[in-house]
Amino acid sequence: MSSTSQLALIARRSVSRTFRQPVLVVPVIAFPLILLAVNASGLSSVTELPGFPTKSYINFAIVVCFVQGALFAAISAGTELASDIQTGFTDRLALTPAKRWVVLAGATAGGASIAVFGSVIYLVVGLIFGVEIDTGVVGALVLLALAIYTAIAFAGIGAWLAVATGSPQAVQGMFPLLFVLLFLSTMSLPLDFIQKEWFATIVEWNPLTYLIDGMRGLVIGGWDASTLLPAIAVATGIMFITFTGASRSLRKRVQRT
Amino acid sequence: MISSTLSVSLAVLRRVMIQTIKNPAIIIPSLAFPLVFLIAFAGGLSIVADVPGFSFKGGYTAFQFVFVFTQTAAFGGIFTGYRIAEDYESGFARRLLIAAPHSAGILLGFVLAGLARFFLTGLILWGIALVAGMNVLGSPLEILAMWLLAANVSIASTLWVAGLAFRFQSVDIGSFMQMPVFILLFLAPVYVPLALLTGWLKLAATYNPVTAILTANRGFISGEESKALLAFGLAVGLAALMALWAVRQFHRAHRSVA
Repeated sequence: MSSTSQLALIARRSVSRTFRQPVLVVPVIAFPLILLAVNASGLSSVTELPGFPTKSYINFAIVVCFVQGALFAAISAGTELASDIQTGFTDRLALTPAKRWVVLAGATAGGASIAVFGSVIYLVVGLIFGVEIDTGVVGALVLLALAIYTAIAFAGIGAWLAVATGSPQAVQGMFPLLFVLLFLSTMSLPLDFIQKEWFATIVEWNPLTYLIDGMRGLVIGGWDASTLLPAIAVATGIMFITFTGASRSLRKRVQRT
Repeated sequence: MISSTLSVSLAVLRRVMIQTIKNPAIIIPSLAFPLVFLIAFAGGLSIVADVPGFSFKGGYTAFQFVFVFTQTAAFGGIFTGYRIAEDYESGFARRLLIAAPHSAGILLGFVLAGLARFFLTGLILWGIALVAGMNVLGSPLEILAMWLLAANVSIASTLWVAGLAFRFQSVDIGSFMQMPVFILLFLAPVYVPLALLTGWLKLAATYNPVTAILTANRGFISGEESKALLAFGLAVGLAALMALWAVRQFHRAHRSVA
């Protein structure tokens, strides 16, 4: 059996297992949209500040949904993989000719697929509620592609946590730490609107800032390589580091068992 | 009977507090969340104070601190609810129900534990905010009133999640415990005063009891008392309503053990 067929089999199992559990799907869809609704209305008055890049706050805030959805996906993917490790399913897979990257990519496909599903919903809901994408239809498709790429990269975080800890509870326990990063980014305001220098420094060092700004550029700024390329680079970096880490940890775990 | 109920409550309180102190993983999330919100909102959104029409005597840090403080009170209760659900999953709650001479003390004990956790995290939060230079213009009596109002929120929140924990007896409903509280908190004037809200959120915030609690506490911290009686009335009413719910679920759980 080719690696692609192995991947398809493991991914299909992961996707169907994930979508059979509403508790894994509903928060990914509902929570970012609730936060968007609250923030778009609660912070709408900041668009009156001189120099604010858009007159409609929902245009500014919509992209946060994609990153938030990807964070949820990371935890879903990690929880599912950790539960496979806990039940011994991953050990049994290790006895087959399946390669480590196939096991990891396949097992995290469920979490990543929720993010894909969520991204489409965020975009549709956003458009219904008046989001205007400056880069047009092509920009919307690029935005969707970047959101999916980010979700896959974040699934790597979940995979690494899962393999390193082998505990679904430990993976879920990491969620607050990841979620915190979102609030320490340009989620609510552009960098040049952050008055406190120390906070601006944290925001500048936060990789999520570049992902948010890259996606946001497509919505409110027009085509701009200076925001889009760093976003792609950050997502690629996260993907490379986390999947490499997860693969190494999986090798050690399999050797131990 | 009263002393027996109280001794059960104190035993439950003692157990929860020992678990909390011995296991930092329990206390860290309930402290980390409000702290991050304080940093993110007071630090990152300070420019919101420049929005035309925004006026708050204590400054934006104090404005946001009140929200975070109220959130701490509510989440102190939620994390106590997790404890109850875990006790059911491990079978400890059933043994406790059988062993306690006056089972009503168990519920009281968890409420006290929620309050103790809130007091602990609230105190740390106050310390950090004061060190960070937050303006407190209210009198000591007004600050005490602020604590009392938030304590009512903590009681209401503990009773809400306790009722859920007694009913479902599983930690799987964790997000169902958090979500309504989280939504209720965010459907209030979090970033700007009520007058600056627009659209559906303004409508929701106008009828949300949390709005009155936030407005009163913002009044206390800035020394400009506002809607205090209404806020206390709503907070006590909310706690009473949640007490009815929790007691009902507690008796249901008790009957299933007996």
